[in-house]
Amino acid sequence: MFKANIFVTLKNGVLDPQGEAVKKSLKVLDYGQVEEVRIGKYIEVWLEGGDRDSALKELEEMSDRLLANPVIEDYRVEIVEVE
Amino acid sequence: MKEMTYKEMGLLDEEYEQIKEILGRQPNYLELGMFSVMWSEHCGYKNSRPLLKNFPTEGPQVIQGPGENAGVVDIGDGQALVFKIESHNHPSAIEPYQGAATGVGGIVRDIFTMGARPIASLNSLRFGNLDDERVKQLFSGVVAGIGDYGNCLGIPTVGGEVYFNPAYQGNPLVNAMCVGLVNKEEIAYATASEIGSPLMLVGARTGRDGIHGATFASEELSEASQEKRPSVQVGDPFMEKLLIEACLELIKEDLVAGMQDLGAAGLTSSIAESASKKGRGVIVDVSRVPRRETGMIPYEVMLSESQERMLIVPREGKEGRIGEIFDKWGLDATVIGEVTDDGMFKVFEGSVLVGAVPVEALTEGCPVYVRKGLEPPYYRECHDFNIDNLAECDAGEALSKLLASPNIASKKWVYNQYDHQVMTNSAIVPGDADAAVLRIKGYQKGVALATDCNGRMVYLDPYQGGMMAVCEGARNLACVGAKPLALTNCLNFGSPENPHIYWQMQEAIKGMSEAAKVLGTPVVSGNVSLYNETVDGAIFPTPVVGMVGLLEDIDKRCQMAFQDEGDLIILLGRAREELGGSEYLFVCHGVEKGSVPEIDLEEEKNLINLLLSLTEADLVKSCHDISEGGLAAALAESSIKGSTGFNVDLDFKGSRKDRFLFSEAPSRVVASLDEKDLTAVRNLSAQFGIEISILGKVGGNKMIFNDHGIEFINLEVQDAAKIWGEAIECHMK
Amino acid sequence: MKFGIIVFPGSNCDADCYHVIKEVMNQPVEYIWHKENTVAGFDALILPGGFSYGDYLRTGAIARFSPIMPAVIDFAEQGGLVIGICNGFQILLEAGLLPGAMLRNRSLKFICKPVFLKVNRADTPFTNHMKVDQVVRIPVAHGEGNYFCDQNTLQSLKDNGQIIFTYCSEDGQELPEFNPNGSLANIAGICNIKGNVLGMMPHPERCSEEILGGRDGFYIFDSMINWLEEVGK
Repeated sequence: MFKANIFVTLKNGVLDPQGEAVKKSLKVLDYGQVEEVRIGKYIEVWLEGGDRDSALKELEEMSDRLLANPVIEDYRVEIVEVE
Repeated sequence: MKEMTYKEMGLLDEEYEQIKEILGRQPNYLELGMFSVMWSEHCGYKNSRPLLKNFPTEGPQVIQGPGENAGVVDIGDGQALVFKIESHNHPSAIEPYQGAATGVGGIVRDIFTMGARPIASLNSLRFGNLDDERVKQLFSGVVAGIGDYGNCLGIPTVGGEVYFNPAYQGNPLVNAMCVGLVNKEEIAYATASEIGSPLMLVGARTGRDGIHGATFASEELSEASQEKRPSVQVGDPFMEKLLIEACLELIKEDLVAGMQDLGAAGLTSSIAESASKKGRGVIVDVSRVPRRETGMIPYEVMLSESQERMLIVPREGKEGRIGEIFDKWGLDATVIGEVTDDGMFKVFEGSVLVGAVPVEALTEGCPVYVRKGLEPPYYRECHDFNIDNLAECDAGEALSKLLASPNIASKKWVYNQYDHQVMTNSAIVPGDADAAVLRIKGYQKGVALATDCNGRMVYLDPYQGGMMAVCEGARNLACVGAKPLALTNCLNFGSPENPHIYWQMQEAIKGMSEAAKVLGTPVVSGNVSLYNETVDGAIFPTPVVGMVGLLEDIDKRCQMAFQDEGDLIILLGRAREELGGSEYLFVCHGVEKGSVPEIDLEEEKNLINLLLSLTEADLVKSCHDISEGGLAAALAESSIKGSTGFNVDLDFKGSRKDRFLFSEAPSRVVASLDEKDLTAVRNLSAQFGIEISILGKVGGNKMIFNDHGIEFINLEVQDAAKIWGEAIECHMK
Repeated sequence: MKFGIIVFPGSNCDADCYHVIKEVMNQPVEYIWHKENTVAGFDALILPGGFSYGDYLRTGAIARFSPIMPAVIDFAEQGGLVIGICNGFQILLEAGLLPGAMLRNRSLKFICKPVFLKVNRADTPFTNHMKVDQVVRIPVAHGEGNYFCDQNTLQSLKDNGQIIFTYCSEDGQELPEFNPNGSLANIAGICNIKGNVLGMMPHPERCSEEILGGRDGFYIFDSMINWLEEVGK
């Protein structure tokens, strides 16, 4: 069984109002060194069967089709084998 | 999991003894849990039941009074309104977003369980001082939670109220009301089912969330409640939306004998309530309950308060069709038990019997405590107050301050986050009048809805304050032209074990009952929320009234905005000067004292009937009741809403201006009319015995107040609109 | 002429659109369940507002894979009239029938209030009973209406006249302060190049009758009917 960690983030240049708001709050809390905050999604997917390469290929397809919106989002897939 | 003792579950020693007697043995852990949630105040009303008996609950318009999931009133044409208000105070104090969201979810389920299509939500909120950071977080979390849940369901949130007062600092109030529309012959009651009928569970899978929520709601808030965090449930409005559509289809096709939502006390309560109606028994197998988590013990399954679940008892032979409908909506239904004839609630895990208690012991057997109330010392102290010892504030400055008070200022920061137009029935949207008005598609009639309670007035005088809450609700409906039909209430108080608090409950309920009787608006549903206290003390007693009314002709609805230049502005009701409990004293003098203005129920009734006659005859162009901020605030609000000024000349009869301008004495309304209609309005007023005085005229772009021709307030409408419109937003930036 | 309203699980303005088409516009209309796979027999499709699939993951992201969607895409490609309102607009974006994507409102809050829109074209199937530069008042109700696309796409939207509605002041000024959600170039509604697919965040079905406080929305449905009648001739 494989477990995938998929990180979906907003593309550079796409305004992230949530990240901006959190950045502002962190500044208010005196974390002056904070330069930038970007907020994304973290998705866990468990897959049964197949090998690592085919699993990865499948996950990338899932990300392209549904999990991320290529107009505004990038994604990164990590994959680990689990019991 | 560490096992709780019966005391930790909220049971008293004598209650434990009683349980042993009922069972003839020691209860096991599961049975103890079932008793403790069913015998909590939230489910069993053990402290409030004797007092609730005082409410009038009957009337020709009442189809269903208290005792079902919600009350039902007749609105003609074979249609009825189903409505109820419920608290979610404690969960919201701990996790404002989810607490408020699941509060909405719960009350909506109560409505569609009766077979009604939910058509509107309202909410009544109380928070501490809005300058406090924690309060801002709570406020913004609660509003977002209510909005996100209701918006997703597509049920418009059309009205309500928000107040801020230090009395609610650590214990906010979140009361949610839902109103549904149903054809009379389709009302679904929780009647018990035939022996052998299966019990179907549908909706979300069961997790450990919310275990002992009902008990938690029946305790004071403390540091320890922070640790009870896992008690808070997470809402899934999408699941709820599917349940609404699927369940309403079941009822349309007459497929169910009984339906119960799973609210407080989860499966235990919903099963006990559906089985208790005709003395039936029930068996349930917890191993069949679909779970979200592994390793759950029967105790957890039976007490879980996971949201968005329904219990369905199908009509004989209809299981197949029910399955098809759930399948269409992508929902899973599972048979988890069946109705029996022995009056016992038996819980199995597979083939092993893990608990057995008499159904009636859980419901009817809940102990009832008749306590003794004691007048608290503050009651007399507060009345011993003389306004003459306070300097009079500059009237113009006072008015500006009042308009900026979050208790009076525009609530658009709140209602702009609520979808208040979905379903396209909202003929009067939030902020435009004293009540929301919805059309009923295909008919000329409309319904009006409002919630009301001035907690400070109830605190200063629970008896008068209780009457005021009912009267204001009815008056608000009459101001839009709707005849008040009936009410629901959410009784928020501190600990009933404190005789002073119990006295507040007794007095407030007495006042509400008397007003409801005189005004002919029976109490058809409600909820009690006690133990609203923190280490700093109890909240203001806050018995919130949710009132529904009917407009025969929706085209005659009336809003608060002044309309046309030259229209006459009148005061309906007496010129009164009592300042006790007013927002003026609070905002301008930091005082929360005084005698609550007397209320004459007959006068109120006459005023309401007058308003109905005036709107029916199309004689008034705007109507706004006098409440927080008094006459001056009422005039200012009608002016801001109409984007037009006014010029009024008032007769102070030599007494100080603040008394007349800012008195919150009830039974009074500011209206405007075309001058040609004055005689007709005078005649009608005389007929109902209501005083009428001409204050001035609509027009210009300033709010001008004169004292016998001498101007003493001159405020640009635009400036006032900015102060009033942006006050809450400024706090929340 | 027959209108079809696509119903996804979680749609909640489906009944509102149905009411307007049937009772206000007096046109035949039927619901189309998302599990259907054909739209044969319909002349115009409405993708209504709501929270399809709870708007979980991203608004419109899951609905876009509903069984009915290939038929909707096919219908659009053949020139059929498709209007997506609010969540319907979000679904059209996810489905690629319109360019761009939706972000959360700049305020991070759900916004329900009437806004003013400028009509930029009056020669489309959706606006032919309106005037160029006319200002209309139509309510919005959304949490994610902050329209985004890259600069090239924006340029081509402009070049092709695809920006149909923009947020503006009561007197028609398209300034940032009249933009409720932070959308790019004050965009409130766009169409495809052919002009037969419109997506808009504001809700015309909520203001097609006087009792609801205005009827500017009426003219959008009226335009569609007029266009279908003209084409029918």
